[in-house]
Amino acid sequence: MGYRARRWKRFAPLFLLMLPGLAYLLLNNYLPMFGMIIAFKDINFSKGILGSNWIGFQNFEYLFKTADAYIITRNTILYNVAFIAINTIGAVGLAIILNEIRKKFFQRFYQSIIILPHLISMVIVSYLVFAVLSSETGLINKAILPILGIESISWYSSKEYWPYILTAVNIWKGIGFLSVVYLASIISIDPEYYEAATLDGASKWHQIRFVTLPLIIPVITMMTLLAIGRIFHSDFGLFYQVPMDSGVLSETTNVIDTYVYRALMNLGDIGMSSAAGVYQSIVGFVLVILSNYAVRKISKENALF
Amino acid sequence: MAHESKWVRWTAHTFLMAFSIACIIPFVLLIMSSISSEESIIQFGYSFWPEQFSLMAYEYLWNHRGELGRAYGITAFITVIGTAASLAMTTMLAYPMSRQDIPMRNFWAFFVFFTLLFNGGLVPTYLIYTQVFEIKNTIWALIVPGLLMNGFYVLLVRTFFITSVPPALMEAAYIDGAGEIKTFYKIVIPLSMPILATIGLFEAILYWNDWFNGMTYVTDPKLFSIQNILNRIITDIQFLSNNSNLSSAASNEMAELPSTSVRMAIAVVGLLPILIAYPFFQKYFIKGITIGALK
Repeated sequence: MGYRARRWKRFAPLFLLMLPGLAYLLLNNYLPMFGMIIAFKDINFSKGILGSNWIGFQNFEYLFKTADAYIITRNTILYNVAFIAINTIGAVGLAIILNEIRKKFFQRFYQSIIILPHLISMVIVSYLVFAVLSSETGLINKAILPILGIESISWYSSKEYWPYILTAVNIWKGIGFLSVVYLASIISIDPEYYEAATLDGASKWHQIRFVTLPLIIPVITMMTLLAIGRIFHSDFGLFYQVPMDSGVLSETTNVIDTYVYRALMNLGDIGMSSAAGVYQSIVGFVLVILSNYAVRKISKENALF
Repeated sequence: MAHESKWVRWTAHTFLMAFSIACIIPFVLLIMSSISSEESIIQFGYSFWPEQFSLMAYEYLWNHRGELGRAYGITAFITVIGTAASLAMTTMLAYPMSRQDIPMRNFWAFFVFFTLLFNGGLVPTYLIYTQVFEIKNTIWALIVPGLLMNGFYVLLVRTFFITSVPPALMEAAYIDGAGEIKTFYKIVIPLSMPILATIGLFEAILYWNDWFNGMTYVTDPKLFSIQNILNRIITDIQFLSNNSNLSSAASNEMAELPSTSVRMAIAVVGLLPILIAYPFFQKYFIKGITIGALK
């Protein structure tokens, strides 16, 4: 038996182990990548996906002629920018405050409570929001607005409030999670820095400003750049479940993910939905590459590749 | 100095207490609303302390325990099977990739990693699963698409194998005559329990909470998980009655359907298992978040 044969014989059982996982990635991830060709075809199920006629960029032309294309791109990007800015500042602040709690018990206690919303499915979140915002029976309309002497607001049909509502829900659900990540990087700061600062008479505020923040800036930069890489994608559940799939609100709640879903599932419009999906995948991919390139420039070991 | 730190500590406590309350209070509202009487909700809305308590909503759900029990069964089934299959596939793929001597090592790493950077999107995925694999309205629809294995977890486990399982140990087992597969499950797996527990927990939460696959691939109410029932009910409160076998009793019941509190009660039913289990796994959950973030 030659060297090559022996080598393969030794590793054959290992390849066997890999088989189910590789097969799954092939079917669940790689096959749909090749399936993106349907955006360039006029799908006719009697001819099959491969047999359908090529139509070039026609689906994309239709898509970008609609007002929706602009609205969903704008909404996706603006929401993500707001989420990234607010969540980062909030989570870093929260982590710094958590770090001031010296008793391990209390630190753990607060942490487990503030990440609780992260654990809940978006469907249940939409029930919680409904209890607060429902027009006839919601907490705000029934208990809070009357005290302030303001007329009831029908939240689920007033699109102007939704940017604030969705941002608030996103913060409520995600900020605790992110602050736990930042807390981990604050805890890993060498205590000697603080001892030295205290000896020099630095106040708490000065310690935060000149020790904590500068030392976690690399982590903040990295997390932010990675989030920017995903700026073309959004949390489907937040935009679909929380506004309860309400069409009246679509101008302020429709994002690329919800547009693709509705075009496919409700309208059965494969051309439009696949074109929007390809648009999202390609631009999203370019953004990931660019943001990773930026991370690489700043610190090589934090880059994804 | 001591004075300052005391002041800082109290401010921190006050702030965190307030934020913790903000995190919890919607759950309190949900639970209190579910035990309010229909009249007090209609008159005063959902509130933290109802004018009149009532267990009507739960009585109603109890009368539909057949459908709800079934949905719980489906959720439990996909959570257990999905998590087990996911852990098996993840470790089985990650282990050979962690080996220095595996042929085409970089190719496998790229093959997994690329799935994190790029994906084909919903439309081709949906068409392939429904047209090619005909997964619609089968139990597989709740387990397989998107959830079964995540390339990110594969890379996490691979890193764990590289850094925490000494190669000398594997070499020794090999010399003692243990085959590759025996080495894998006798030596590597027992040493990797911490990371497997963490990933198993995250997978289990993912399956328990998933409504997307059910909403997308399942229309048969018999296959609805608890999340899908919730998803359906929020727009269609009559859903339970419509799918009840007691159709003659159902029309009667509909007249006195405590719809406003039932909505909240059924959300409580979906939420409760996770809230009860949370104190027991919160430690691992927090640890898992940090591992995931620091790759």
